[in-house]
Amino acid sequence: MEEVKLLGFWASPFSDRVIWVLKLKGVNYEYVEEDPYNKTQLLLQRNPVHKKVPVLIHGGKSIAESSIILEYIEETWPQNPLLPQDAYQRAMARFWIKFGEEKMATICAVFRTAGAEQEKAIEEATELLKIMEEKGLGDKKFFGGDAIGLVDIAFGWLACLYEVVEKVSAVKVLDADTFPQLHAWIQNLKVVPVIKENLPDHQKMVGHLKRRRETHLALPNCHN
Amino acid sequence: MKMAKENNVKLHGMWASPYVKRVEIALKIKGIPYEFVEEDLVNKSQLLLQYNPVHKKVPVLIHNGKPICESLVILEYIDETWKNGPPLLPQDPYKRAKVRFWTSFVEKELFENLLLVARSEGEAQEKAIKVVFEKLQLLEEGLKDLFQGETYHIDGETMGILDIVLCSLFGAHEAQEEVLGVKFIDPEKFPLVCSWVTALTEVTAVKELRPPHEKLVAVLQFIRQRALQASAA
Repeated sequence: MEEVKLLGFWASPFSDRVIWVLKLKGVNYEYVEEDPYNKTQLLLQRNPVHKKVPVLIHGGKSIAESSIILEYIEETWPQNPLLPQDAYQRAMARFWIKFGEEKMATICAVFRTAGAEQEKAIEEATELLKIMEEKGLGDKKFFGGDAIGLVDIAFGWLACLYEVVEKVSAVKVLDADTFPQLHAWIQNLKVVPVIKENLPDHQKMVGHLKRRRETHLALPNCHN
Repeated sequence: MKMAKENNVKLHGMWASPYVKRVEIALKIKGIPYEFVEEDLVNKSQLLLQYNPVHKKVPVLIHNGKPICESLVILEYIDETWKNGPPLLPQDPYKRAKVRFWTSFVEKELFENLLLVARSEGEAQEKAIKVVFEKLQLLEEGLKDLFQGETYHIDGETMGILDIVLCSLFGAHEAQEEVLGVKFIDPEKFPLVCSWVTALTEVTAVKELRPPHEKLVAVLQFIRQRALQASAA
C-alpha cells in the first residue's frame, strides 16, 4: 500500500475537509502541520503553483486544491462512496461544491468588515445562505440525502467554523429562526463521529480568528 | 422510442460566451446532437430563469428535461453520461486530478485576469497584464510536466476538458490582440502554450464553432467600452 501524507494547517477548513474524507474512507495517512507564515521546502516543492495547503501526497505524487483532492480520494478509495452513482445527482453535488467555493468569501465577508460595510456583508451572506437552504438542502437531512456526502463535507466549515466567525465579528447571521433547515443540518453534521472528533480546538480558533480580524480591519482601504 | 428520449439535448447559450463555447465543443467532440437555444442576456427568458434560478446564467444543458448548470460541471456530466465518444478526462485518478488542477488554474487565474485586462486601462491595465504574463509563465512550466511521457498529449482531433477550457479562453487570441494591443500567445515567451493553443484552433470542431473574427473583435470592443464607461461614471 502506498504511503499517504497530508500537508495541512490546523485552522484551515480546506485542510479539515480532506481529513474528514480520509477518515470516512478509513485511509491511513501521516499528517504534517504546516505554518502558513513559515512554509516548508516540502510544501513549496509539492505545490509550487499556489504554495498552499492542503496538499495530498500519495505514493510520491502530489495533489493540490481541496476539491480536487476530495475527488481524487473518492476515485482512488471507492469504499464508503461520498458522491452519488447517478451522473445527474453527481452534477448537482458538484454544482453545490462549486457554489460553496465561489461564495465562501462573500459569506465570510462579515469577518473582514465593520460598520456599514459589515451591514451590507450580513445582507449578502443571508441571501446566499437562503439559496443554499432552499435550493440546495431543501427538506433533506444532509445535502447528500440521508447520509453525509461530499457536499456536506465541502460545507462543513459552515457548521463548524462559522459560529466562531460570527462570535469574533460580533454578528449573528446563521440563526435558527431564519434558517431552520440549515440549523438542523448543522446539529446533525456536528454529531457525525468523524466530524465531531476532528474539529479544531474552539478556544484556539477564537484566538486565531480574533487576531486575523484585527489584521484585516487595520488594513488601509479594506476592500471586499 | 426510448433512444429518441435519451438523446434529447438542448443547450441554452449565447453565441459569444466562452463558457457556452466549452459545452458546444464537448457536444461536438462526443458527436451528441443538440438543439441550441440562443438567449438574450439582457432579456433572459423565463425558461432560463426557471432552469438556472441560482445563477441565472448560460450555459445550461437540458438533458431529457433536466437542467445542468455551470460549464465545468456540464463537461464532467457529458463525459460521464456519454461514454461512447472520446473521453474528456483520463481514466487514471492522478491524471484526472492533474487535468482538473490545470483546468481550475486556467479558469481562476487566467480567465479572471484576462477579463480584468479587457475591462481596465492605464496603470490598472498594466498591472493586470503583468499578472496574466506571470500566470502564463506558470502554465508554461506546468505544461513541461504535464506533457512529459504519457501524461498528456494533443491527439489530432481529440480534446479533453483542459484543451476545451484553454481553447475557450485563447481560441480568440487574435481578436484579443487586436482589441487589447497585447500579444499574450507569444511563441517566444510561451512556446508550449503557443503551440498548444495553435494546435487546438485547428481542430475541426473548434474551427466549425468559431465565430468570425470581426464579430469577436466587435464583442470584445463592446465589453471593453461598457466596462470603461461604467468605471468612469
